[in-house]
Amino acid sequence: MDTNQYLDMFIEESKEHLQAINENLLQLEQNPENIEIVKDIFRSAHTIKGMSATMGFEDMASLTHELENVLDQIRNEKLKIQPEIMDIIFQSVDILEGMIYSIIEGSDGKANVSHLVDQLKSIAKGQVLSASSPVPPQATQSTQTSNAVASNNSAYMDMLDEYQKAIISQSNASGHQSFHIEVKLTKECMLKAARVFMVFDALEGLGEIIQSKPVAEDLEDEKFDQQFELIFITKDDSATIEKKLMNISEVESVRVNEVQISIGKEVDPMPTNQEAIATTPNVTASAPKAKAADNAANQPKAKPMGSKSIRVDIERLDVLMNLFSELVIDRGRLEQIARELGHSELVESVEHMSRISGDLQNLILNMRMVPIEQVFNRFPRMIRDLSKDLNKKVELEIIGAETELDRTVIDEIGDPLVHLIRNSIDHGLELPEERMKKGKPEAGTIQLHAYHSGNHVFIEIIDDGNGLDRDKILGKAIERGLLTEEQGNQLSDQQVYHLLFQSGFSTAKVITDVSGRGVGLDVVRSKIEALSGQVHIESKIGEFTKFQIELPLTLSIIQSMLVKVSDEKYAIPLSSIIETAVFPKKDIYLVQGQPVIDFRGHIVPLVSLEKVFKIPRPEEGQGDEMSVIVVKKGEKMAGLIVDDFIGQQEIVLKNLGTYLPNVFAISGATILGDGQVALIIDCNALIH
Amino acid sequence: MKVIIFRLKNEEYGVEIDQVRSIERLSHITRIPNTADFVKGVINLRGIVTPIIDLRKRFHIDHVEDNDQTRVIIISVKDVEIGLIVDAANEVIEIQESKIEPPPKVIDSVEAEYIRGVIKVENRLLILLHLHKVLTIQEN
Repeated sequence: MDTNQYLDMFIEESKEHLQAINENLLQLEQNPENIEIVKDIFRSAHTIKGMSATMGFEDMASLTHELENVLDQIRNEKLKIQPEIMDIIFQSVDILEGMIYSIIEGSDGKANVSHLVDQLKSIAKGQVLSASSPVPPQATQSTQTSNAVASNNSAYMDMLDEYQKAIISQSNASGHQSFHIEVKLTKECMLKAARVFMVFDALEGLGEIIQSKPVAEDLEDEKFDQQFELIFITKDDSATIEKKLMNISEVESVRVNEVQISIGKEVDPMPTNQEAIATTPNVTASAPKAKAADNAANQPKAKPMGSKSIRVDIERLDVLMNLFSELVIDRGRLEQIARELGHSELVESVEHMSRISGDLQNLILNMRMVPIEQVFNRFPRMIRDLSKDLNKKVELEIIGAETELDRTVIDEIGDPLVHLIRNSIDHGLELPEERMKKGKPEAGTIQLHAYHSGNHVFIEIIDDGNGLDRDKILGKAIERGLLTEEQGNQLSDQQVYHLLFQSGFSTAKVITDVSGRGVGLDVVRSKIEALSGQVHIESKIGEFTKFQIELPLTLSIIQSMLVKVSDEKYAIPLSSIIETAVFPKKDIYLVQGQPVIDFRGHIVPLVSLEKVFKIPRPEEGQGDEMSVIVVKKGEKMAGLIVDDFIGQQEIVLKNLGTYLPNVFAISGATILGDGQVALIIDCNALIH
Repeated sequence: MKVIIFRLKNEEYGVEIDQVRSIERLSHITRIPNTADFVKGVINLRGIVTPIIDLRKRFHIDHVEDNDQTRVIIISVKDVEIGLIVDAANEVIEIQESKIEPPPKVIDSVEAEYIRGVIKVENRLLILLHLHKVLTIQEN
């Protein structure tokens, strides 16, 4: 089987399951008695095992297989959860993650797992012997061959694979019932496929069909006689199902039987030989249901049903966006024509179209939005490990994980956040003893807070640690020769904190394993700025440090200022612009041949776009004023000389493609309302 | 194999038809500053920003004013879509691959390395191009 086409799906799903395992493991650490969590972990591990075996990643499959065995022992209460076991499970998950990432990079996903496999094996074996916890008699029958399923010998068992059995037992536990349904159509039935469809349709209103015999494809092609079988999960009872199905014409008979699957100690001694009983509904079904429902109510979290969704390749969305921006251009033309003609009906329908396409635009943009939860999810685990390494106690609070961000930003924001969080734990939070002395709670708190405000997303990382020491930072900066003591004294606190973002700047006295990796906060800043974002710092010594990241909602549509130089139009991102101004030419000064202006007390160098871009000009302009756009890069500024400001406009960002990489001072292009291409100026390249 | 014939000044060239996406009339080209002189700029090709190369400049052929015969051939090589400005393009012919001859040592103005071969069709001489070599941005 050629499995390459499934590789993307496999990678995505494995990542999701590993993330789920990580989260569940952390929860389990808090509540080691909660077997439900173990079951969740088991299911994820089981899925990964199945998928990786199918895809031919043997090492992954064998490691998950052993993991599964250990988990199986735990969920059957033959094994007690101990910190050592948790650590080994965590390690296994790390290795699995590493394998996935190596597969993403194109390798075969092989890794030496024998050591871990041995450890897992010995846990599974060794602990079985010493386990003294009461083991229910049925459980002893189930062996450690992972999902030991004790089942009755009913005919429908061959319809189910291990995974489906697991689903059934799980849904039984959460108050759902599983039924085996046999539907017989009348001999005269002409459109069998249509009847099948009606049966499926009726059932889907009640619950979920997890298997059919023959398979759905054959049913659609009418490749069956008069009869077909289904496995169905629902909250309703068998009578309801039967009644509903019998209402469909040309259905001759319906037989509904409860499916019994028992795992380990949950074996239910209820007799299950009812399928011999003909069309009578299963009366006993309602009793266990009530019992199960009670159980469900007691469970801490019910799995949300999850809205239906499909995965869409981000490239397809990009294509959609491209097509749509074409439409927006045509809309602009239509609007103009309608205005010129003044035909009221035309104007009206064009206005209507504009509104609809506006809504469409929002919809398309929204499709690219993903909750930041995806990024935040990996932090609990990271903080667990870090706090162990550094002997610090850390509590993580996450607020606003549902805040949505453009997919492209989500992919990029993870690393800077990891860096800031490491920084907070390592440099910000004090050791427990120190905190106690100061009268603070023993465990430090790291707060991750995401929220929308206007057209921006804010992400804050706040720790209640020691705060930033202005004098210490200044001392270091002076020592490094970044500034003089006199200059330092004039800086505001904000400006002093921002010194931390200078390259090679570190206030750590001792280089620790965590933050002494040779990368400083300067990397964070450049990454954020590459995303057209900004970082702010607030702090109070002895109390807290707050890093605030401000990001645009999306990178594909930006606010820009359109300008004209000679006959050419350029777009300048609004995020780089401080101000637009008109200066008399006599206010230009020369500093060593470099023209500068005095802008609110700052000496700002002037950059002639005409010269930088070698823009041809038919005739020399003869004004005694010039238009200047003052732009910034960090703290530095420059004034770009242009001919005209056309105005502020939302533009759709497009790249210049692989043929024209790295064009100096051009970060991309956009298509204007008249269909022409305008280049986007990269101000960072123009400021030195 | 089928080739699309285009003209540069008074020479006729051929590109394989399956490398050609479309043939467009000349529309507004946005100049890209500080790139090679044969990079004419970019156009908006149905929503995709597409680079345009002036083949005349690329091959150091004398400048010819654009006129209503001037076309942009959009080609696609290794997932890169690029437009080539040519003096005219209006013919598709079938050629036999076996009749392609290696490029002569010296050919008028065009560097031989861009040429895959020449072929005689009736009394015309067609020059077949190595498109991916033409597209390498570094000019030797």
